[in-house]
Amino acid sequence: MAGNHLAKTAFLSKFIFRLDRLRIPIWVLALTFFTIIVPTAFKGLYNSQQERDAMAQTMANPAMTAMTGPADLSNYTIGVMTAHQMLLMTAAVTGLMSILLVTRHTRADEEDGRLELLRSLPVGRLSYLNASLLVVSAACIVLALINGFGLYALGIESMDLEGSLLYGAALGATGLFFAGVTAVFAQASDSSRGTIGYSIAILLISYLFRAITDISNESLSWLSPLAWVTKAEVYDSNNWWPIVLMIAAAMVLFAVANYLNAIRDLDRGFLPSRPGKKYASRFLQSPTGLALRLQRTGIISWAIGMFVLGASYGSVLGDLESFFSDNEAMKQLLKPTEGVTLVEQFIPMLMIVISLMATIPPVMAMNKLRGEEKKERIVHLLSRAVSRTKLLGSYYVISVINGFVMISLAALGLWSAGTAVVEGGLSFGMIFGAALSYYPAMLVMISLAVFLIGFLPKLSGFIWLYVLYSFIVLYLGGLFQFSDWIGSISPFGHVPQAPIEEFSIIPLLLLCLIAGGLALAGFIGFNKRDIEQ
Amino acid sequence: MSLLKVTNLTKKFGKFTALNGVNLELNAGEVLGFIGPNGAGKSTTIRVLLGILKATGGEVKLFNKDAWQDAVDIHKRVAYVPGDVNLWPNLTGGEVIDLFIKLNGTANKAKREELIEKFDLDPSKKCRTYSKGNRQKVALVAAFSSDADLFILDEPTSGLDPLMEKVFQECVMEVKRQGKSVLLSSHILSEVEKLCDRVSIIRQGKIIESGTLNELRHLTRTQMLVGTSMPITGLLDMQGIHEVQESEHGMSFQVDTMQIDAVIRHISQFGIIRLESAPPTLEDLFMRHYEGAKDTGGVR
Repeated sequence: MAGNHLAKTAFLSKFIFRLDRLRIPIWVLALTFFTIIVPTAFKGLYNSQQERDAMAQTMANPAMTAMTGPADLSNYTIGVMTAHQMLLMTAAVTGLMSILLVTRHTRADEEDGRLELLRSLPVGRLSYLNASLLVVSAACIVLALINGFGLYALGIESMDLEGSLLYGAALGATGLFFAGVTAVFAQASDSSRGTIGYSIAILLISYLFRAITDISNESLSWLSPLAWVTKAEVYDSNNWWPIVLMIAAAMVLFAVANYLNAIRDLDRGFLPSRPGKKYASRFLQSPTGLALRLQRTGIISWAIGMFVLGASYGSVLGDLESFFSDNEAMKQLLKPTEGVTLVEQFIPMLMIVISLMATIPPVMAMNKLRGEEKKERIVHLLSRAVSRTKLLGSYYVISVINGFVMISLAALGLWSAGTAVVEGGLSFGMIFGAALSYYPAMLVMISLAVFLIGFLPKLSGFIWLYVLYSFIVLYLGGLFQFSDWIGSISPFGHVPQAPIEEFSIIPLLLLCLIAGGLALAGFIGFNKRDIEQ
Repeated sequence: MSLLKVTNLTKKFGKFTALNGVNLELNAGEVLGFIGPNGAGKSTTIRVLLGILKATGGEVKLFNKDAWQDAVDIHKRVAYVPGDVNLWPNLTGGEVIDLFIKLNGTANKAKREELIEKFDLDPSKKCRTYSKGNRQKVALVAAFSSDADLFILDEPTSGLDPLMEKVFQECVMEVKRQGKSVLLSSHILSEVEKLCDRVSIIRQGKIIESGTLNELRHLTRTQMLVGTSMPITGLLDMQGIHEVQESEHGMSFQVDTMQIDAVIRHISQFGIIRLESAPPTLEDLFMRHYEGAKDTGGVR
């Protein structure tokens, strides 16, 4: 009987692997690459124990513990440092890999009717579920082994074989665990979006719960599976039990998924799917309302992300002095200036990164219009009483406000975390002013996107190259010592670096003028061209 | 009075000529069938009418206003249903209908409910889960709930089942009764035949025939099956006779509609026992245009 339920599982596994023959290796290689490159970089950056201790000091605050989990900061070797700063993040990404891969070959295949075709053939009822779990499990095991042996092969003193294998095993076990979580939700939810949504929610809740309990009550954090990764204390005490626990939990989840799959009908789920709204809210019934509604989730996620980004930068400001005095590479990035504190000198550099990051969501909001055009959905609006100017205008206004909100939230995050850790606090006006001085440069980017949409719609993706260029040239410019004109090609290169440089309004006004010109040209172009299909 | 007048419309995409001198006219209270094979330029013409594409040459007027310049004013009185309805996957059908009705400017709540009921649509489902037919229903409900004077429908029934097609036809009849105008592009010919007062046929970017169905009859043939007491002679020598076949029931052949009188006179000499005839359909008309194009090897 059981054999019948699992007929052709091996064959289906091979089939699934064939479907994902590029996807899986890319995930595994990308994850391995980041695991291997970081200790190599750490070895170059923090060669002496003194430098590492300085780093450990900057990590010794609740904000960092919330982000990366706890670690033995008194024994901060390259190994402990790698495990502390990288393992949890990499494990979370491995969990994401499992969620996406398992959903693809469970609920997504079922939703699109492919599973129905397979089920009509002589394959077992549980074969496809177990075949996908088998493939993802194999991927996790390979990932664990490659990472384990790969780290050991680096030959770094503090990274022994046992610790390295445990590091790999922690990643693999997290992958298995979230494969199990996803397999269960693939039975519970009746859509692939629901499956991914619930599984990622578990991943995020695990992370947040661990973050909160790690700084408040460490024994409570045992309730979060992601905390088990840090409890393994890789390269320190090398505790295998949390990983064994994780694998056992994964097996239980696999069994639950099998049970649920066996007792349900095809295309059904256990969680009721909520019926949607029968009527549109008043808010939705305008082009602007529609545009906002379509981007709602994205905007909220970015807003939270920008605040967290600001806060995490802010949280390290307190330990800057000790950090910089010991780090040669960082000293090169910042040229000392008379009469300003190190924190004040550090802020413009942070602001370049923050403002460029804050440019991404508004530019995405702008390019969304182009996406709507390509999907033939703006025809619905333009064939009704909506003018092109109004349509483009609503996206532009949303973008411009979006950019302001993003940079402001990042500044607020930076200030609130920074003022808590820096002695004597930080001036909100100084931080906010420094952030806001980048806003005209952001407007130029947004308006350039408008210009491309109006005149060269096929090239609207090129805006990202320009954003990337600005990032490389301005953030790393100091390190590579580029000449000035290379930076001045980017609008971000013209922003006065408050508070170290003398503040000057003229370049900002010029940037605003350029932004206005580009936007105007974009509107004219959009009113003159064909809408594409 | 003509609501819609297209004169000598050309549209080029780079070097490719999509429309090459299209002429169309639609009067108030009239249903105009716009037919042609795929890629003939039906949708391109409609997109120019809606000011989504800019004409390369010619004049396009709706309600005596320029389709490109006065697009927004025109659209206040127009309802459009595209052939491929792409909707936002994360909005429900009901939300999309409300949005469309609101953007059209004229709302009729009661009509909306009635149509949702008639088309048997579940408005609480996300558009992601709708089939092609259901997405089309969303667009149709939104269009017919509006208070438009001109309905532009681009192959609106390609995803609907026969039952829903009938509902659609009732909707068109109803707006026609209210004195509104419809431009119906289609290649479902029986639909056009049932609903339209006049027909324009487009092929390779040109209108090749235009007129009322009666006017176009000269292009059609009637299928006949005749049984006589004496064998018919001399039929093959007559004008306008095609595809003669003999069977046990009698002789079957096609006759040009213009020649029908002479042919009947001729065969009545042989003692008619049975006579069956099938009316000319647009299908035939369409097929003959295809044949004609093939014979001359290209655009006529």
